Amino acid sequence: MEAEAAKLIGAGLATSGMIGAGIGLGNLFGQYLQAAIRNPSAAASQQTMLFLGMALTETMGLFAFVISLIILFA
Amino acid sequence: MAEQPAIEPMHQFMIHKIVQGPVFNVGGLTVDMSITNSVASMIAGAIILMAFLALTARGQIVPNRGQALAEALYNIVDRVLVTPIVGHGGKPYIPYLFTLFMTILTLNLMGVLLAVGNLGGLSLTFTVTSQLAVTATLAVLTFFSVFILGFVKHGPKFVSLFWVPGMGIVGGALMVIIEMISYFVRPITLAMRLFGNMLGGHVVMSLFGSFVVALGLVGLSGGIASLALIPSALSFGMIVALTGLELVVAVLQAFVFTALATVYLNEVVNFGHGH
Repeated sequence: MEAEAAKLIGAGLATSGMIGAGIGLGNLFGQYLQAAIRNPSAAASQQTMLFLGMALTETMGLFAFVISLIILFA
Repeated sequence: MAEQPAIEPMHQFMIHKIVQGPVFNVGGLTVDMSITNSVASMIAGAIILMAFLALTARGQIVPNRGQALAEALYNIVDRVLVTPIVGHGGKPYIPYLFTLFMTILTLNLMGVLLAVGNLGGLSLTFTVTSQLAVTATLAVLTFFSVFILGFVKHGPKFVSLFWVPGMGIVGGALMVIIEMISYFVRPITLAMRLFGNMLGGHVVMSLFGSFVVALGLVGLSGGIASLALIPSALSFGMIVALTGLELVVAVLQAFVFTALATVYLNEVVNFGHGH
């Protein structure tokens, strides 16, 4: 197999790392919504942590994307 | 069929020299002090930021819009981030954290909003924070400032940061290695997070832009190919949605970088005891 073909296949496979990020983000927001509906007055105080957790989880998906770009273009 | 332009989403990140500056050698390392498009964007960002803060730093009791905006941004750093996370011991560090927040916010937003495009061959739009060198500089600066601050404030016993109590000698030694790895990977993750978000957003926007042009060219060649104008229009709608998302991501990433810097600062300022 030539390097060019292997690069394309590798780049495609590398983006499967975003599956985990998707599951994590859905989990995070789902739990926040569930807790917010049970205790609406306390929900606003945890919004900062929600966005922080969202960005940290999103980072993992981004690492997969960046590695995919590195495989494809470098 | 019309000539298809090549789809190259990564061309927007190339660095061109605008003005050649002095080149000198520092201990084997070549330092090229030219003005590139990245440097020009950073200078523009600095001018925009300083102009904004100079125009809005008023002391009126009833603030006008600019002052209200500046105060809101300051309150994000002061009342939402530093005071809840670090407490009163964090007050001396607010200037640095506010500068960090406003710098990343300005540079991110310039990449999304100041998308002027090509002007006679010179591309006026350049997202500075999509360069790993820039985000790595900010991350390394933040991380090592906090790390050295720990030794300045607490002396050599700051290394007990890595010791997890209650694990015995062997387990403790293993945990020290794991803790050190997860501690020193922080500047890498800080840099990669901002870099990846900005890079990904702009690559996807450029790709959808290429789709609009390529599908439009196919559609305009007449006949049954006019059906291609539908996905072309859909891609254009997608660009609108993506720009909205990019605005959210720009502000959010500035917030998260500063929030993480605050969390790392809290470990140092409130070392050994809670607040």
